Amino acid sequence: MHRFSTVVLLGTLTLAIGCGGGSNTPAMNKIATPTQNVQAITVDGGPPAFVTANGAPYVDGAFVTITVCAPGSTTSCNTIDHILVDTGSYGLRVLSSLSGGELAVTLPATSISGTPLGECVQFADTSFLWGPVETADIKIAGEQASSVPVNVVGDTTFATVPSSCNTGGPDDDTLNTLGANGILGLGPFPQDCGPGCASGIPPSGMYYQCPTSGCVPSLVSVPLQVQNPISLFAADNNGVIVELPTPSGPQATLSGSLVFGIGTQSNNALGGATVLTLDSNGNFTTTVSGISGAMSQSFIDSGSNALFFDDNNLASCQTNTFFYCPLTPASLTATNSSSNGASTNVSFSVANADSIFNSFPNDAVIPGLAGPSNTGGASFDWGLPFFYGRNVFTSIAGTTAPGGQTPYWAY
Amino acid sequence: MHCEFKHMKVFKVRFLQILLPLLITAGLMSVPFPALAALGGDVASVQADQAHMKAALQIQTGQAYTVHELHQTSGTVVKEFISPAGKVFAVSWSGPFMPDLRQLFGTYFEQFSQAAQTRVRRPGRVPLNIQQNGLVVQSGGHMRAFFGKAYLTDQLPQTVGPEMIR
Repeated sequence: MHRFSTVVLLGTLTLAIGCGGGSNTPAMNKIATPTQNVQAITVDGGPPAFVTANGAPYVDGAFVTITVCAPGSTTSCNTIDHILVDTGSYGLRVLSSLSGGELAVTLPATSISGTPLGECVQFADTSFLWGPVETADIKIAGEQASSVPVNVVGDTTFATVPSSCNTGGPDDDTLNTLGANGILGLGPFPQDCGPGCASGIPPSGMYYQCPTSGCVPSLVSVPLQVQNPISLFAADNNGVIVELPTPSGPQATLSGSLVFGIGTQSNNALGGATVLTLDSNGNFTTTVSGISGAMSQSFIDSGSNALFFDDNNLASCQTNTFFYCPLTPASLTATNSSSNGASTNVSFSVANADSIFNSFPNDAVIPGLAGPSNTGGASFDWGLPFFYGRNVFTSIAGTTAPGGQTPYWAY
Repeated sequence: MHCEFKHMKVFKVRFLQILLPLLITAGLMSVPFPALAALGGDVASVQADQAHMKAALQIQTGQAYTVHELHQTSGTVVKEFISPAGKVFAVSWSGPFMPDLRQLFGTYFEQFSQAAQTRVRRPGRVPLNIQQNGLVVQSGGHMRAFFGKAYLTDQLPQTVGPEMIR
């Protein structure tokens, strides 16, 4: 773990220099050592084959290595690196080797009434993923979730993408479009859909039964839906902590830890973290000094590359138009609050994305990256830069965890 | 959220009396319901959307425009904003699922799709903001909680600003 200790040292230096600046500068966060319930995280630009093909790194994406096995097998397994850590989704999506990924073993397919089950994932940016639902054992650090429904994407032997799955945006079912070998959704819900897919009229763009005559939207009982694997661990199953140190500025890589369980072991205590209880959509409220109105659909999403919020005082970039480009870095203060009465201030800065990408084209770690959410001031998406220098707790709905009602985020 | 409608009259279309027969008819025909245009279309296209989404309809009438709210059983709410001339000039959505954009955007879907696929993009997830040839599409949120809107800049009624579409 040579690289790990180097990065921690850099973070220490930065904070020592920066600590006089503001009252809300976070204290240096402690990063757990990899052990039975701790998996190393790296922010390193993504899979090397992707970086080569793309000509640039995946910026501000956090990755882990996991092992995926056929249920009950210890030999029919693939160890898969560069799985994106995503607190904004639920369940494992893993990219087939048929589309540049690392999942090569055959997993048993999930069927309903004898027809294979397919799943569509539509992202807010209108990109989408598509593929069969299959069952796997998932091993991360010393934890294991057995017989977990997972979504295999980029399986070119499966049924073609249904029309109602195709949002019109990009199909991300390849290594070069996904930028990862999979997505580990470990956000605050135990399934990727829940009751909305189990009864009533099946929503378009989620689960499909795929007989040879073509895929049609399907209801799926909650246990058969793609599951957040954390909630299926035998222990340490009530949530996770993402622990990343403070980078010194734009830099090539950053190392941290993904800790399983909250208050279940000596290395995952909630401590003095402020708990933000989530509403039924998994959101809380953010206000930003100088911006009128409360952003009531705010969330913490390690799978977003930047902080996204609407601020008319910040100029958009000329080149990377979905980011902000202030002439000089802007310092802002936000307050996150939730229905449990808790509130906490966050100081952050917004850098000029165009000039950073020009100056540091090969760096994967870009603090200060921010852009508009285009929501008319309704939402603040706290992406990965928020995690730098913080230990961020995600508790899962329906579990018991210290700090009160779940689900919550805490930091 | 609904403060902009405070001055408006709200009345509901009776689901059983009017909509259920429509749905049954669609079912008996056992063919896909015609996918008429929504965005840029006329009021009739809202009914096509409603049938397609199997949604309950609520209508809010104001001076500058009328809002048809389509409540899907899955929890996603789609709003279609209709000008005094009877044209759908904007749509918005909010809820656990993305709506069927192909249905909702109608004849504008291809323009949207081309823009969405060719936009300058870096790997990773960023909110969508397309502004091209009079079509604006903005989409954000996360799994189980999406929101977004689309509107036609040259068809916004006077006194209606984009911030009112939500």
